[in-house]
Amino acid sequence: MSDGQVFEPKIIGFFCNWCSYRAADLAGIARIKQPPNVRVIRAMCSGRIDPVFVLKAFALGADGVMIAGCHPGDCHYIEQNYKTIRRYVMLKHTLRQLGIETERLKLVWASAAEGHILAEEIAKFVDQLKKLGPLNWRDNWRPDEAEAEAVEALAQEHAEALEVPA
Amino acid sequence: MAERIGVYVCHCGSNIAGTIDVEEVARWAGANLEDVVVAKDYKFMCSSSGQQMIEEDIKTHNLTRVVVAACSPQLHERTFRRACQNGGLNPYLFQMANIREHISWVTTDKAAATEKAKAIVAAAVRRVRHHKPLEPLPVQVNPRTLVVGGGIAGIQAALELADAGYPVILLEREPSIGGHMAQFDKTFPTLDCSACILTPKMSEAGQHPNIKLLTYSELEEVSGSIGHFKVKIRKRARFVREDRCTGCGICVEKCPTKVRDDAFEAGLGFRKGIYIPFAQAVPRIPVIDKEHCIYFTRGKCQICGKFCPTDAIDYDQKDEILEFEVGNIILATGWKMFDCTRIPQYGYGRLPNVFTALEFERMCNAAGPTGGKIVLRDGKTEPRRVAIIHCVGSRDINYNEYCSGICCMAALKFGHLVLEKTKAEVYSFYIDMRTNQKGYEEFYQRLLEEGMKFVRGKVAEVTNADRTEEEKGRLVVQVEDTLTGRQRRIPVDMVILMGALEPQEDAFELARKVGISCSTAGWFTERHPKLDPVATMTDGVFIAGCCQGPKDIPASVAQGAAAAARVAGLISRGTVWIEPIVASIDEEKCSGCRICNNLCPFNAIEFDPVKQVSRVIVALCKGCGTCIAACPAKAITGAHFADEQMMAELEGALWDASEEALAAIVGSKSQQELPVIGA
Amino acid sequence: MKYAFYPGCSLEASSAAYARSIEAVCRALGIELVEVDDWNCCGATEYHSLHRLTAAAVIARNLALVDQQLTQLVAPCAACFLNLKKVDHQMADEPAWADKVNAALAAGGLHYQPGRVKVRHLVEVLHSDVGKEGIQARVKKSLAGLKVAPYYGCQIVRPFKDWDNPEYPMKLDELMSWVGAEVVPYPTKAACCGGHMTQISEAQAYELLRRLLQSAVDAGADVILCMCPMCQLNLDAYQSAVNSYFGTNYRMPILFFTQVLGLAFGLSLKELGFGSEIVAALPVLRQKVPAVLAAAKS
Repeated sequence: MSDGQVFEPKIIGFFCNWCSYRAADLAGIARIKQPPNVRVIRAMCSGRIDPVFVLKAFALGADGVMIAGCHPGDCHYIEQNYKTIRRYVMLKHTLRQLGIETERLKLVWASAAEGHILAEEIAKFVDQLKKLGPLNWRDNWRPDEAEAEAVEALAQEHAEALEVPA
Repeated sequence: MAERIGVYVCHCGSNIAGTIDVEEVARWAGANLEDVVVAKDYKFMCSSSGQQMIEEDIKTHNLTRVVVAACSPQLHERTFRRACQNGGLNPYLFQMANIREHISWVTTDKAAATEKAKAIVAAAVRRVRHHKPLEPLPVQVNPRTLVVGGGIAGIQAALELADAGYPVILLEREPSIGGHMAQFDKTFPTLDCSACILTPKMSEAGQHPNIKLLTYSELEEVSGSIGHFKVKIRKRARFVREDRCTGCGICVEKCPTKVRDDAFEAGLGFRKGIYIPFAQAVPRIPVIDKEHCIYFTRGKCQICGKFCPTDAIDYDQKDEILEFEVGNIILATGWKMFDCTRIPQYGYGRLPNVFTALEFERMCNAAGPTGGKIVLRDGKTEPRRVAIIHCVGSRDINYNEYCSGICCMAALKFGHLVLEKTKAEVYSFYIDMRTNQKGYEEFYQRLLEEGMKFVRGKVAEVTNADRTEEEKGRLVVQVEDTLTGRQRRIPVDMVILMGALEPQEDAFELARKVGISCSTAGWFTERHPKLDPVATMTDGVFIAGCCQGPKDIPASVAQGAAAAARVAGLISRGTVWIEPIVASIDEEKCSGCRICNNLCPFNAIEFDPVKQVSRVIVALCKGCGTCIAACPAKAITGAHFADEQMMAELEGALWDASEEALAAIVGSKSQQELPVIGA
Repeated sequence: MKYAFYPGCSLEASSAAYARSIEAVCRALGIELVEVDDWNCCGATEYHSLHRLTAAAVIARNLALVDQQLTQLVAPCAACFLNLKKVDHQMADEPAWADKVNAALAAGGLHYQPGRVKVRHLVEVLHSDVGKEGIQARVKKSLAGLKVAPYYGCQIVRPFKDWDNPEYPMKLDELMSWVGAEVVPYPTKAACCGGHMTQISEAQAYELLRRLLQSAVDAGADVILCMCPMCQLNLDAYQSAVNSYFGTNYRMPILFFTQVLGLAFGLSLKELGFGSEIVAALPVLRQKVPAVLAAAKS
């Protein structure tokens, strides 16, 4: 940053094989231009995304992580993306505890026909991360009101995370 | 022992090389990535010489792993796995880096694209080190095939397979097979009678010993995968027993209820409360229209039951759910016509003498509601001038951007029929004439000679607001004639709207049921637009006809036959090999907590109460990996998507983001021109 | 329901009947209209072709003056509605243009953030916000027996197609059918009334007016309902000129939709501004909906 360059966030995209990875392929086939910041890692299902992968991505220096899967109800494996929703909520909570802005993690639904939607979401996410700036782990961790609130909200969030969305 | 990895970066002509500096990516990978011993760029990796290069390098350089950076793995992963196999390497010791769909096609900044390509290649290289040799799983193919949709494409597919000696279930949701083609009068450009060429095929399908015909039935549920799909079919109650009905038609004759027929007659004609959709219907078994039947609505009548000589009417019949196992599925579900009321300025539904193309097809048909006479909505007046408007709902950003493909030819056919049957003048209002199949352009020339008039321009409106004496009481087509650059108002008596072909209403739902994808509009997506037009991304599911996109009858028939040929190939092989991507549980590590048991929607994890451990039933596992992510003991691992593989991929993808990641990808290699992290 | 209100110049003069009936109808429906303080002319249709920045600034000034507590601005005149909406959209689409307009506004100590105010036509508010139930709950006398031809004109539905079909709008048709009126299908309902053409080329203007009138007559309409002061003025004031120019004999009452809507609500003729129309409307109304009219007089 010292040389005055624009900050380009490094983002890991965990895309499921059936919908979102194909949406990204479709965006390519349709030549829908998008910022080059997302580096895609394919999994068979968004349900495969171990929360540890996300934390590892941040540990390795990613500025943001996008998990993308099939729309709820459209999962190739019937209902596994519902488990993704739960883990996503848990992860947000964990990130907050660690002092990482929760906006650095994003969950997107994109069907194989929605290349344009995926591209839009990528563009929005990149913009959002540019505003947030680089992940600056240590400096973000300081006891403040937000942290106190997060601790207060723990019980509630645990309960929410365990709810199965309709 | 260190791995020996070969990295190949594809130019894909200029598709990749136009945006990504492929030579730089290859050079960089060779210089910096641990274990890479060969790194090359090449014009077309998927060409036979590209594949050969991999095969030879595996032998000469003793490669133990291969990475190809090219297009999406959905496209060519199989190709390169086969090349690895030919070179003597287990095909799963290969990884593909998608630098075309995900980078070169969507990125404008060349430097940024090249940097991203490096990260994606680094990720693949890092991952492939952890790949394990795998063997695909064999699956026996059930020779029975389900064909969904009994239009011309589905009938063709069913007949091809049945003639080859294989059993077929032909499913149709209307009471008869035949589809849209059964509604047509003539077919372009040869003008042979649609019924004359279709009905023999329909009856052949109806009588074929290898075809089980299920009409008035719909696909409820699909499970399983290639070789052994389980399908549930709802056979809707016709209230007529098929085993007793002889198709004599007395019930129809005696039925006192008359209903407007919005299906087969496109709203132009009528049918009875109990009806056979059309004379040549297959099967010739009537259906009671429950919504309009006097007995079902008011509880009294049963005239059909009284007159039926074989006692076939069964008012208590219920929907049945039938279950079958099939090896393959062919979808041939066709299209529906654009709702022309969506363009209110064309007046359909408001101005009586504006017709849709389907209505006009029925009107021209000698067996149709007007007996083949071309008349206005009053049923008797012959038009003096007819306007045919092209591209109604097609090639229009407000409705559908695509070209419906067949309407120009259908419009020419209509023009010919009007000129032949009446004394009327015919005007065609077109944007571009598209007549690009065998014999089509000749037909266009013929209509020019026959005196059909052509105005190039998109019609602004069809109105009954007259301005002159000539316009009084008629419809006026307001259009900009783009060849003369003038606004024109042309008074006519009849307007035919060439409505767009649209995907069926439930296309998305059906796609979801069988696990394939649709375009944004709702057309089913083929495996490859050019080289694999009837297969889908889901093995064992094929598509044919208009459900894949608008097309004419010859193309639909060709696709039906092509899909059948693909299926026949799989059946005759007997065994197919599927990806060995399944989970497995290390019993040593399993604590028996059973968290995974309830996570699996396929019930593929069972619990051994004696050993107190969980176990994966390989035949049921689909490989989603949700259980792997959930196991607190890390006892579950997924073939080809194991934790260490995913983690390694992460390290590569983030090589330029932290010291830790950088150290990982370089390993023992000496560091050359790598960025200083955190500068 | 509370909205900012931009009446526009016409409502102060030629279409006082529109102003009165709007006030009465909105009061009856519990809609509070807060007039923009110190509003100025929207520049009508001509100003844009003379000087774009001045035209935009003149319009944006009104947007900037909208009470900070309110986010919705109702404009009952088609030209005002289109101008206000157009400038808001242009400023939102082109930030550089918005900066220029705001630089001009800054001279008067004003600033407008594009998108802050949503510009809406009164018909849209009645149709969408009040809705069918809200309208019908207020009906005292059904207008059954009266055939109305809703006339939208060109500026209300074009180029913005976000609230009705630009080629064949239906919102006023639906609104009037909710109060019992018989709405006739009317092919020219979104055609041009000629605007200021009456001042420039009589022949052109009269032909446009003739088409509208003839089309309504053919459709069997008893009355044309307008939602724009200019349209109403042209059709009403120039009807006799059209008759003498073409030798026709049109006697089509031209009313504001709010006047007829108000009749259904049982409001008085005086409240609804009746009496200023040039082509007599009351005889027709008396004949078609006598009970409604009787109630309205008392």
